[in-house]
Amino acid sequence: MKVTVHSLAAAIVAAGALCTASLPANAYRAFISNEKDNTVSVIDTHTWKVIETMKVGQRPRGILLAHGKEWLLICTSDDNRIEVYDAKTYAFIKNLPSGPDPELMVLHPSGNPLYVANEDDNLVTVVDVEEGKIVAKVPVGVEPEGMAVSPDGKTVINTSETTNMAHFIDTTTYETKANILVDNRPRVAQFTDDGKQLWVSAEIGGTVSIIDVAKKEVIHKITFEIPGITAEAIQPVGIAINKDATKAFVALGPANRVAVIDAATHTVEKYILVGQRVWNISFTPDEKYILTTNGVSNDVTVIDTGKLRGFKSIPVGRYPWGVTITDD
Amino acid sequence: MVRNRQQRHSGLRPWRHRLVAVVNGSLAVLAGLISICMPSVSHGVAQDAKVTTISIVYASQERERLAPLSLLDFRPPSEGYDGAKLAIEDNNTTGRFLNQSFAMGDMLSAKRDELIEKVVAAAKSGTSFFVVDATADTLVALSDALNGLPAVIFNAGAHDERLREEDCRANVKHTAASYAMLADAMTQYLTWKQWTRLVLVSGPQPEDKLFAEALKRSAKRFGLKLLAEQEFVYEAGSRRADGGFEQVQKQIPTFTQEFPEHDVLLVSDVANQFGDYFPFRTWKPRAIAGTHGLYPTAWHPASELWGATQFQNRFQRLAGRVMKPVDYAAWMAVRSIGEAATRTNSGDPKVLIDYMLSPKFELAAFKGQKLTYRPWNAQLRQPIFVATPKIHVTVSPQPGFLHQVSVLDTLGLDEPETKCKAFR
Repeated sequence: MKVTVHSLAAAIVAAGALCTASLPANAYRAFISNEKDNTVSVIDTHTWKVIETMKVGQRPRGILLAHGKEWLLICTSDDNRIEVYDAKTYAFIKNLPSGPDPELMVLHPSGNPLYVANEDDNLVTVVDVEEGKIVAKVPVGVEPEGMAVSPDGKTVINTSETTNMAHFIDTTTYETKANILVDNRPRVAQFTDDGKQLWVSAEIGGTVSIIDVAKKEVIHKITFEIPGITAEAIQPVGIAINKDATKAFVALGPANRVAVIDAATHTVEKYILVGQRVWNISFTPDEKYILTTNGVSNDVTVIDTGKLRGFKSIPVGRYPWGVTITDD
Repeated sequence: MVRNRQQRHSGLRPWRHRLVAVVNGSLAVLAGLISICMPSVSHGVAQDAKVTTISIVYASQERERLAPLSLLDFRPPSEGYDGAKLAIEDNNTTGRFLNQSFAMGDMLSAKRDELIEKVVAAAKSGTSFFVVDATADTLVALSDALNGLPAVIFNAGAHDERLREEDCRANVKHTAASYAMLADAMTQYLTWKQWTRLVLVSGPQPEDKLFAEALKRSAKRFGLKLLAEQEFVYEAGSRRADGGFEQVQKQIPTFTQEFPEHDVLLVSDVANQFGDYFPFRTWKPRAIAGTHGLYPTAWHPASELWGATQFQNRFQRLAGRVMKPVDYAAWMAVRSIGEAATRTNSGDPKVLIDYMLSPKFELAAFKGQKLTYRPWNAQLRQPIFVATPKIHVTVSPQPGFLHQVSVLDTLGLDEPETKCKAFR
């Protein structure tokens, strides 16, 4: 299996070199957090080259843009804080308090506050990004991990890895309104743009649960089967759903593939080969590409969402973890 | 025992508690409140909802053990039990959302016959789940004594192959790894390293012999060459004799001098009586592996792989010490019961036991993949660390060892080889 991955990766690189010239000029910048290197790689999505490597705090993982997308926020887990950088100049701006061991975070649709999962304390910490203050701490299940906010901003979701649930938390009262059982070790939660569905990946369970947000129940479970790959190696983590909710992409961890799913029928249409141990994925704002972080092969795969295939591998730092992309 | 209760179980907190939102500025005061109100989330659960209570007993056999060579290797008195206790807490965090409560009393600790008597009495009065740390003989006797009762034993402490093979019982599940699984994890790594020339030193204790046999079988299975074998004879119980190192540092080179040229010297000293004498004292500078030096283990107290950091921290907070393999096996046993109860929404022992052996069952246990029970002998499949005392070196199965069902079945005896008939 290894051999196949290598040779295919080489093929992808070769194919990438041929395709680059014909790409449209969509120069976004993608930020990749490198967990082991304490750096963030900045990729130009026109040239597909790393144009900057930012030195940041220890064990950078969760990463997103805030403050009108002018700020880059990074969970530096081993420093127990969130670092804020200028997304254009890459200059350090400030630290935000985060509670211990911040891993994943999500921003309220209004731009503030920020909800942070504190894995070691069974808490979700609510942080005012502008003031740099902790607003609230909400107790949740064992090992909180995935975070999502509903598009209307009324509900924040937290998944707990050992309790195996998605907790629905009211963003005004911080009361938990529902706890929905999913499969083992839920990692990432993602709303559809209309807010009607919540998709939750279960890394050990090997499934993605689709929750009807109004009914608060699981309406479908997506399972994956790849010839030649054992069931244990299929470990769904990152989820990206396009804006009109027709297509979804799910990163499958050590299966080294991203599944393409018809978001209406929930059927898996294709598996795209990417780098090794793919965890987090993100669309470019025009939805023409998906970038994946491949933690074991230390690279980012670029998927062409039209042709549904990987066309470029970009070497980044060690253990690439999170990805976020500017919209200009 | 499984029963329904009209009111909340004493171990649970009121269902209708509010989640506490801590307002800026009063964090310190309210930090305490959070811990009090933590298990407080509800969803459509009425105050008087029926709570199903699932009782679990942890039973440990008192036995004479030789004092280990190193002071660092003495067993904590609550070894194993603390792991089960952590799993009870973990089960209850999920359970409170589902009206399920898990309860475990004090550790049941006694000598063989008394232990069997007490476990049978508990089973007769309604307890169905027993996590047991005992010798192979005791386990077999206990499982036979429980025959006919709706009870299941989780073997958390015995690695003996025969419990999974000719002496397997339908009412016993094994969360402890077998000697064959441990040996295969080790030799797969030696194969990967291409350290193929081996010599073996084993101790005189019965368990030393069992692990030595497993190493030999495994070496043969993966094509390594066992070139020589020696027994290490010692007088047990003299570990505190003062000034022993002068003699030991002369004795071990002499003992290893006659071995043929080898890459690795394997040591089988499960009883912890002499294995630590070998690293850095051999005639030639050679790697030591087996029970000492580089060793296979189902759990490593320093593992932070696959999100284990929080798991290790939770255990440290509960037990005030690091997690041992027996604690881990006990945790997996109690979590298996919890996972089955969660997924079946039942407290009926028969439903839970059947579910655990069904293809639907899967356990997340900080090993980077789902763990399942082998249907032919109820041994929990699991990746095994190959480690030195401070940190893991690798985790087996190694890359390239393939299997048509699960790569985890490259560790230990596989279905076509099994002598177990209890599950047919």
